[in-house]
Amino acid sequence: MTVKVNLVTAEMCTEIDAEVTDSRIEVSAQTLQETTGWSVKPEGFCLGDICIPAKDGVDKNGNVDLVTFAELTARPIITDLEEGAVSLGTPFEARGAELDTLQAPDFTLPDLNREMHSLSDYRGKKILLAAYASW
Amino acid sequence: MYEELKDEGFTVITVAFDKNAEEARPWIEAANPQHPSLIDTKHLVADLYNMVNVPTILWINEVGEIVRPNDVAYGDNTWQEVTGFDADVHKKALRDWVKTGEIAFSGERARELQQLPTKDHQQARAEFALGQWLWEQGRFDAANAHFVSAGELAPHDFTIRRGSMPMREIDPMGPEFFTMIQEWAESGHEYYQPLPDA
Repeated sequence: MTVKVNLVTAEMCTEIDAEVTDSRIEVSAQTLQETTGWSVKPEGFCLGDICIPAKDGVDKNGNVDLVTFAELTARPIITDLEEGAVSLGTPFEARGAELDTLQAPDFTLPDLNREMHSLSDYRGKKILLAAYASW
Repeated sequence: MYEELKDEGFTVITVAFDKNAEEARPWIEAANPQHPSLIDTKHLVADLYNMVNVPTILWINEVGEIVRPNDVAYGDNTWQEVTGFDADVHKKALRDWVKTGEIAFSGERARELQQLPTKDHQQARAEFALGQWLWEQGRFDAANAHFVSAGELAPHDFTIRRGSMPMREIDPMGPEFFTMIQEWAESGHEYYQPLPDA
């Protein structure tokens, strides 16, 4: 059955078409590339120079099962098909590997006037980054 | 601190982990800061820097390196009786760093002190992201279930457990919060501690 699924990642949400069965959530190779950057090649799933065998993550029509893709690329996936939503997390190793270098990860966020600021705009200054909340 | 040090090649960037800009607005408008004061409804910075509570501060040098990892520091002593933290300790260290470059941590020590996220924690953040998206869609019951799962996967992360309360119509200063921190303490955990050699 083809359904509309909202694919939620850390930074955005994209509505995609998916073929849903009991154990698989299949999307086109093009959708995978648009939402994750990974492409499907004869070698398997590829990102830049890295390729990993796709195993049964790609079916005979070239469609990709998101659940197998998440397992093979070692990232969290939370599915809530009742709500038509899938959350695809950041690869398990990625955040830790980045912090391990002590290079401050860049980000871009709005202020109250919806003006966007990136951390990297302030390169060349010493920065106190302070997170707080009203709660 | 910003006014005092802004001409010394220094800036402050604040990030509010609030459910929308309106929650953060009164705080920002009251402080009327001249430095960037950003709104982070999806807790992206908590994810990138593995922050687990507020307030969290860290220092980044001119070339974009973290030189003082995640730590607890308050802007002033309004809450000192409750928290036991003296805001002046961090202010003095910050002033020394900006003016003289002097810093208590070697790069190696900074790296040791910077906590990295576990697999369960990454799973929790994917649950939180789904809950936050469902909440934005007005699907509150479904959102609640994912916030609860996220908190179970990462019981030490109060940006998830407490930070989701305003989206679950739970008072983040109310009895549920006090029960939460009491249970956390009774299971042998410190609630929120500064770095050991700060």
